[in-house]
Amino acid sequence: MADKVLMKGNEVIAEAAMQAGCKLFFGYPITPQTEISAYMAKRMPKIGGTFLQAESEVAAINMVYGAAGAGARVMTSSSSPGISLKSEGISYIAGSDLPCVIVNIVRGGPGLGGIQPAQSDYFQAVKGGGHGDYHMIVLAPSSIQELADITQDAFDIADQYRMPVMIMGDGMLGQMMEPVSFSNRKGRELPEKTWAACGTEGKRKHNIINSLYIEAEDLEKLVVARYEKYKEIEKNEVKWESYMTDDAEIIIAAYGTIARVAKTAIATLRKNGVRVGLIRPITLWPFPAQAFADAAEKADGFLTVEMSMGQMVEDVRLAVNGKKPVSFFGRTGGVIPTPDEICEAVMAMKEAK
Amino acid sequence: MKNNEIIIAGFGGQGILFSGKLLAYTGLVNGYEISWLPSYGPEMRGGTANCHVILSEEPVASPLVTKPTALIAMNLPSLKKFENAVVPGGVILIDNSLIDATVERTDVTVISIPATRMADEIGAKKLANMIMTGAFVKATGCTDFDGLMKGLEKCVPAGKADLLALNKKVLKMGYTFGE
Amino acid sequence: MTKVFERPKALCDVELHYCPGCTHGIIHRLVAEVIDELGIEGQTVGVASVGCSVFSYNYFACDMEQAAHGRAPAVATGIKRALPERVVFTYQGDGDLAAIGTAETVHAASRGENITVIFVNNAIYGMTGGQMAPTTLEGQITQTTPYGRDVKKQGHPVRVCELLSQTGGAAYLARTAVDTVPNIKKTKAAIKKAFEYQLAGKGFSLVEVLSTCPTNWGLSPQEALQWLRDNMMPFYPLGVYKDIEEGKGNEK
Repeated sequence: MADKVLMKGNEVIAEAAMQAGCKLFFGYPITPQTEISAYMAKRMPKIGGTFLQAESEVAAINMVYGAAGAGARVMTSSSSPGISLKSEGISYIAGSDLPCVIVNIVRGGPGLGGIQPAQSDYFQAVKGGGHGDYHMIVLAPSSIQELADITQDAFDIADQYRMPVMIMGDGMLGQMMEPVSFSNRKGRELPEKTWAACGTEGKRKHNIINSLYIEAEDLEKLVVARYEKYKEIEKNEVKWESYMTDDAEIIIAAYGTIARVAKTAIATLRKNGVRVGLIRPITLWPFPAQAFADAAEKADGFLTVEMSMGQMVEDVRLAVNGKKPVSFFGRTGGVIPTPDEICEAVMAMKEAK
Repeated sequence: MKNNEIIIAGFGGQGILFSGKLLAYTGLVNGYEISWLPSYGPEMRGGTANCHVILSEEPVASPLVTKPTALIAMNLPSLKKFENAVVPGGVILIDNSLIDATVERTDVTVISIPATRMADEIGAKKLANMIMTGAFVKATGCTDFDGLMKGLEKCVPAGKADLLALNKKVLKMGYTFGE
Repeated sequence: MTKVFERPKALCDVELHYCPGCTHGIIHRLVAEVIDELGIEGQTVGVASVGCSVFSYNYFACDMEQAAHGRAPAVATGIKRALPERVVFTYQGDGDLAAIGTAETVHAASRGENITVIFVNNAIYGMTGGQMAPTTLEGQITQTTPYGRDVKKQGHPVRVCELLSQTGGAAYLARTAVDTVPNIKKTKAAIKKAFEYQLAGKGFSLVEVLSTCPTNWGLSPQEALQWLRDNMMPFYPLGVYKDIEEGKGNEK
């Protein structure tokens, strides 16, 4: 294990990406993720890579499309309003089966919103954002070390399944520092990119990167095939953390940084004899539905805690499927729920029983 | 060793975030689990700045400090904002060369240090934060002075090694304040 | 018997979907001939745009990426930055390049992005059925300017070469036409020069080709060529707008 250093979350994303072999980064400044660009701008030239500040988020995501289509490992990052702008490009990337990594350090919305931490882009990330039938793999780390590991793996996942992967954090994760080490991880076995538009060299028929299909049946066939791939991903890639759930009567559902606040609340509640646990989805898509379905057999109820008006709670309810009550507590606009507030919400749920 | 949940607060430009970073590194090299979380916003210089630092025996759950065991306040608004959040038995350190007020709480330890004046007297006005940090380490006993020095060495980048001696001197002034 | 005329190798053996009399086919052929002559087909990646030429990814035999509307220069930038040794070109119409993609165009040129843009200007949106383009002339009747383009209401036509000649990164900018054989030859020479500049790493190159749209102009192919000469050429003068080797466009 390498020596641990203190790094900001945003810098960790940049460093981990480069260590994973990402040599191209296209970005546009927006708070609270600009350190990613700054770090890339400084380091990329030293490893023979490219950092390019695009004229807009729209241009940046299309540069990602171009580079990904050419077979390169490539990344872009932004925050909520910028991700809205990138959504068209993300749809094209998904529709052209291109691998890339997109970082969203979420801030409060809608509109220009605020710059403080939020989770109100959950729907945008897991239910679409761009147009059309498609999914992105969405990863939601909750610590700096997990952020480092997930960022590196994200590139492999993207390449393995030829699709966009989003790393979703928030301003708290992006700005905070924790000790981190970059392990010499063993990457996945990945297929060669025989599909890339990188020049035929006269050795093969031309490759075409494209999402346009004029015949409805052709498009349907392709989308259906893509959904078969999504089923594989749902089988292989679901990740979550179960924390003190074995004896829990109430299980909190929370992801990312707010799951950590929930853990502080759990410590307090357990001291007072309240048996509370946590299921923390690490992949938001594919969603760990089975983990919640299984937990619904034993627990009395669920409390979803989010920094939004309640978005993931819908997936928790779908997973629990009416077996047990699912409540919600959240703060939004950039306000972070406190451990005390979460404790109160748990107690209110317990009393309501 | 015990859990320290610290809020350091003052104006931008006072080295608030750096003090936090130093404490985080000090925790790291002395075996604590640590986290460092800055406030962030549109203010660059002269606005308010604060950071949350946790030095804990356990893995850090929430990096957000809502019940600080210690507050380092380097201006009046910061003292007013966080004074009542400090847990009973906690410690509040104030730079009383900048804060013309007293702490009203009686269930906490209050340490008043004219840090900015002291730093100014040795021609290092910008290092008032280091005096406060030295005093914090002494007051909480989270580590000893050697432990703090180890943190400093890890925290100061190699290119700025010439700053070590001055920082060490100022940290010592804080650490030994009142002796 | 020797073959004196054949399909360029860089053009696939497929039927083009363009309307009768449309000049896209000529311009495709010119690009393909240049690719053949430079022997770069295996090293070239093209970018198709949205508009009538959207299917150009099926027509050019080199590797191709299809870009979202207006984003071709950004996509080309991504490709070029990933593969600096490859020859990268975009093939875009006027709506794509000069309306929705203005920002991408201006900034790719400003960066001196070492790519080649083939810009087909026919003063109208063809694929969607003849609406006003940014290059539609004053007074020109289209589906969305049924009373003729009124510059007070619909604004002025955009002169792309003149606009881009102000950018620092453009190495070669030329406006040509494909209305006559001599002009077709000049167009080919310009396209070749643009590719050669890219091969030499000189920076951004763009050839604006004045083109016809008989279908949406409501003219016969012959009439359309005359209309181009009578109406487009006076407003969009042919010529070289920037050539860093010739000192052209560097005077200012």
